[in-house]
Amino acid sequence: MKTRQWIKSGSPWIWLTGGMISLSMIMVFGLLALIAVRGLGHFWPSPVVEFEFQATTETEPARILGIPMRSQNVSGYVLRESGHQIPEEIELTQRFLIKQGNRDLTGRDFAWYPEPLITEWITPQEAMVIERREWGDFIGFLREVKKDGEVIAEGLAGREDLLPLVDRANELAGAINRIERFQIGGLNLQIERIRLAERSLSRAVDLDPEERRLRMAEFQAERDELERQFEVLNAERLELMQQMRRDSLVAESMDGRRLEIPLANVVHVHWPNDMNLVEKIGHYVTMIWNFLSGFPREANTEGGIFPAIFGTVLMVILMSIVVTPMGVMAAIYLREYAKQGPMVRLVRICVNNLAGVPSIVFGVFGLAFFIYFVGGNLDRIFYQDALPAPTFGTPGLLWASLTLALLTLPVVIVSTEEGLARIPSTIRHGSLALGATKAETLWRTVIPLSTPAMMTGLILAVARAAGEVAPLMLVGVVKLAPNLPVDGHFPYLHLERKFMHLGFHIYDVGFQSPNVEASRPLVYATALVLVLIIITLNLTAITIRNYLREKYRSESD
Amino acid sequence: MKNGSSSSSESSHALDKLSGAMPDATSRASLRKFRAAKDVSAKYFVSSGGLAVVIALALIFFFLFIELVPVFAPAKIQQNTAYDVPGGPDARTLLLDMDRFQEVGVRYRANGEVLFFDLATGAPNVLKAIPVPEALEIHSFGEGQPRSNMVAFGLSDGTVVLARHQFELDWTDNIRTVVPDLIFPYGSDPVPIDPLGQPLQHIAVQRGSAGTAVAAVTKDSRVLLVQLATRTNFMTGETEVTTRKHDLGPAPGDVSQVLIASNMTDLYLADASGKLHFYDILRRSGDGPNHSLAVVPDASVSITAVDFLLGTVSVVVGRSDGSLAQYFPVRDEENRRFITHIRDFESHTAPITTLATEYTRKGFAAADASGAVGLHFPTSERTLLLQPVAENSIDVLAFSPTNAALLALDETKNLRLLDVDNPHPEVSISALWQRVWYEGRSGPDFVWQSSGATDEFEPKFSQMPLTLGTLKASFYAMLIAMPLAVLGAIYAAYFMSPKMRSVVKPSIELMEALPTVILGFLAGLWLAPFVENNLPAVFSIVVFMPVLMLATAFIWSILPQRVRLLVPDGWEAAMLVPVILFFGWFCITLSPYIEVWFFDGSTRQWLTEVGITYDQRNALVVGLAMGFAVIPTIFSIAEDAIFNVPKHLTQGSLALGATPWQTVTRVVLLTASPGIFSAIMIGFGRAVGETMIVLMATGNSPVMNFNIFEGMRTLSANIAVELPETAVGSTHYRILFLAALVLFVLTFFVNTAAEIVRQRLRKKYSSL
Repeated sequence: MKTRQWIKSGSPWIWLTGGMISLSMIMVFGLLALIAVRGLGHFWPSPVVEFEFQATTETEPARILGIPMRSQNVSGYVLRESGHQIPEEIELTQRFLIKQGNRDLTGRDFAWYPEPLITEWITPQEAMVIERREWGDFIGFLREVKKDGEVIAEGLAGREDLLPLVDRANELAGAINRIERFQIGGLNLQIERIRLAERSLSRAVDLDPEERRLRMAEFQAERDELERQFEVLNAERLELMQQMRRDSLVAESMDGRRLEIPLANVVHVHWPNDMNLVEKIGHYVTMIWNFLSGFPREANTEGGIFPAIFGTVLMVILMSIVVTPMGVMAAIYLREYAKQGPMVRLVRICVNNLAGVPSIVFGVFGLAFFIYFVGGNLDRIFYQDALPAPTFGTPGLLWASLTLALLTLPVVIVSTEEGLARIPSTIRHGSLALGATKAETLWRTVIPLSTPAMMTGLILAVARAAGEVAPLMLVGVVKLAPNLPVDGHFPYLHLERKFMHLGFHIYDVGFQSPNVEASRPLVYATALVLVLIIITLNLTAITIRNYLREKYRSESD
Repeated sequence: MKNGSSSSSESSHALDKLSGAMPDATSRASLRKFRAAKDVSAKYFVSSGGLAVVIALALIFFFLFIELVPVFAPAKIQQNTAYDVPGGPDARTLLLDMDRFQEVGVRYRANGEVLFFDLATGAPNVLKAIPVPEALEIHSFGEGQPRSNMVAFGLSDGTVVLARHQFELDWTDNIRTVVPDLIFPYGSDPVPIDPLGQPLQHIAVQRGSAGTAVAAVTKDSRVLLVQLATRTNFMTGETEVTTRKHDLGPAPGDVSQVLIASNMTDLYLADASGKLHFYDILRRSGDGPNHSLAVVPDASVSITAVDFLLGTVSVVVGRSDGSLAQYFPVRDEENRRFITHIRDFESHTAPITTLATEYTRKGFAAADASGAVGLHFPTSERTLLLQPVAENSIDVLAFSPTNAALLALDETKNLRLLDVDNPHPEVSISALWQRVWYEGRSGPDFVWQSSGATDEFEPKFSQMPLTLGTLKASFYAMLIAMPLAVLGAIYAAYFMSPKMRSVVKPSIELMEALPTVILGFLAGLWLAPFVENNLPAVFSIVVFMPVLMLATAFIWSILPQRVRLLVPDGWEAAMLVPVILFFGWFCITLSPYIEVWFFDGSTRQWLTEVGITYDQRNALVVGLAMGFAVIPTIFSIAEDAIFNVPKHLTQGSLALGATPWQTVTRVVLLTASPGIFSAIMIGFGRAVGETMIVLMATGNSPVMNFNIFEGMRTLSANIAVELPETAVGSTHYRILFLAALVLFVLTFFVNTAAEIVRQRLRKKYSSL
């Protein structure tokens, strides 16, 4: 009886609706937690374990050394199907994904091991993890440290000698990188300019042959000079490389093979089982810093994401420069100048709805209009010397920014309009009554008061643009850009260059990568960076908006 | 500017007033003028800028549309030039061809002469001749696919001479010159075909990947097939020719034409009684043809022209009544092949005289006895143009290698060069939206397959799999999102305590801001394997979660009042959180045991065994991920609509004794239903256009089903995958624009409708 009454009261359904909210909340925070844990966990020095693995009863057990990545519940059936000799009575067990590293020796750096086939884990103190520039990590034991080809220390004792040598090699690598990236890159740019100038000269028909010859000779002289400079730099670079190759270490893998690794190939060495908490935290911070400030390596599966962060930020800044004046002007027009009627209402609805148009459609538009139409014509008019290689008629930073500006325009317009509408009419009337013209009223009272609303709109636009990937795939991002779009060479900001983007980096590394297991933690870490950027921007926008509401509530009271 | 100084010198203002130093009347007047001018210019500046932005946004639609317009442009044929056939009117013309730059033409004559001529003027350029030995004469002529440039002359002693014309490019001094030549790939000596030495009455030749095939019908009516394979010796560099001969028995009728396909095993004979005979050399059945089919409606009609389309799979038959039809062999269950009538084309008014097939597409042109030329395209079942180009019957017709020109020779030996503009024959309503019978398939079907391994590939542009995929993805997303978002919105707007609301609303906004690329990557890399390994858990959570919530509610209701009073109303959701978490953990822990107990250890394996295809990245995963993306959109708008229902309505209902739940269902929801409806529409619009999630969380295979365990390819993902790869201006490119336009229009209308509903609702609330 009581139950029926309870059902009749509707209380169960209220609980049900409440449950849906709880589910949604759990999904949001669960997702954020998942990304945070996976993304941040990657950099912590996880212990290296050693165990014995017996694949079949006939074979000798193999000793395995590696870092456990994750475990999974798995039924005996599945394991037997995949060819493991699991006793019939085991119905349910676990398997562990072990990162073994040493891709150059074994060919597979990640492998699953079923629990029934392995022995107890131990954590050997002397196990060493080397982060290398090629072939991924090496996991094994230090045997020798060599300086100039001579052994200066053996065994674990070499640890103290090794670290300064690694630092030295890294410094040299930095110096080489600077020469390659900045100085040689600049020379190449100048040589390319001369090439284009020559082409334009050879196309000028009505030029005096004598003058043509002179100009050509000038170009040749310039080019010779540049090539001489290049030779000098290259010699310097080769010298540094020679120095970098001086030292090496000899390491032994678990299966007893010895490998000599030149320190030129070593990014970082650590002994995770032999670190105290302070060392671990230090290592953790270094790793995060390297990730944020480094350049990607090994088809983006290792190294850092600095170019992607840089590209995202730069693209968003350019977009803001375009979208803010356009959006604000459109909003002021719609709210202040246009005659309020059905027509303006219709325009307002349409602008509003553009925010709901799929982003890929904007990408398609950007590709056809900005790149093929505008860019193609720009190339024909201003960059004829470089044709058929396109300059602006190909996806690039400028077009990506403009496309995203269009995409986020409705956000800015709507937000600014809302801000303008919130300004109490008393303020306007006051200004007008004091004799100010409409323009002066707008410029001096209304716009300053609605700046926070514009800021909100801009921040929301930036947040949306930073996370948008689909249109960018058509108009300008690449998986690996050789050069940043900003460098020390005129005109410093290269709008025609392609760029890297955090969102696309996630897609590319997660889905197009040759080594999914190795790149997975990096995808989580990249996602975490992107989520943090976007959450920060959104929270800022929400805070500004709430502050604004409070402010006007008190003013209009 | 003066404004700047006036604000900085406010303190001195008072002094100015005292000294009577106000600006005098003239300067005040000029200042007023200046300010008025500023006001007006600001007005025009802002208005023009604002209008420009609004117009720019409108331009998006027009620009997408403009890219699509060329698809609808009709095909055109225009006469470029005409002259008397080079080399004189005597001796029948067997074949015409030209180079890809339309500079040099070639004419094969029945007397064995091959004349290259300047295409613009008709002036003879180079004359070559087929080396026919003394005492022999030419009896027949056959030509390969246009792109092979291969021809064969059948001689009176059962031998053939095989020849190819070619156009080499010479770039001396950076000027392009086309150098024509005639070569004999199997030597200039005749190749024996008939061991009995009978004259070859009809022959056909085709160059395949492994050599050349020659089919012939001898004077005493025997069908012969010879496969010539060339192999270059690695050591000596010499080319040796191996020959395989097949005797296919007596001809089944009075043969009028022979065709041999480029696979060197499929042979077709057309006979005078209107029958098409098909031989498959690899699967002979008995002595005669594998299959024969009458391809004319009745005895009064005869076959007047037969030719292969590009790829030598389809045969087009032109008849004496002017009709045209396409045939190709279709497999039955036992892998036997039968010639099948595929489709008819628009009929000409006079008997078809000759056919010309395109070099790089499946299209063809047909000429008739009245001098008209028709452009036809099989995949789209279109006849693009049917236009008279000559006053009398056209005997020979040939396409240029770029499909941009036609050579037509009429009865009066007048040769015409026609410019053809036919860029997008592949598109038609039927090709995009109806079942199409593609080459090599057993029946008409919806297929999207825009590129293939070979040049002879038939592009398949059906939009149905993509549209269905889009609907499938949004359907499963809405299935997940709708209950969560709408029910959640009811609770948040009506029952939730304000304090909790201040946490929940920003969280939902945060959820909306999450980039879809992150949802997509989690769906593809984390959720898809998770679901695969924990299928029982996923389904038990979906089914039992509501039950669990009701059970919790019941248990709470029978707890002593003392306990219940500890938690105020509006905090039910918070209390459910630990319960849900525990239940989720419980299901996942239990999942492997369920798999072991009921599904032999692997649910996925079990599903495959019962005949359900399971892809790891499937509609379930997409539904969950995209549902997540859509929830905040629906939630915010629905919550807004419910929350803004005028308070006096609900208070009235409550005052009349209705329970809160009754008030919600009978008053609040009824009033807010348009708002909820528009929320769902906007959510749907977002799901339809979502790209990254479907791109990453499905296998992107364009399948035609609603199976929750299989993937799909959506319109938007298709654009993202294929647009960067396609050639600018190609049909494929424009079809992708069509998809973008469809998405644009669809979402725009859905959103506008939803917006109008919302505005109406707002007006209604204010009047209530």
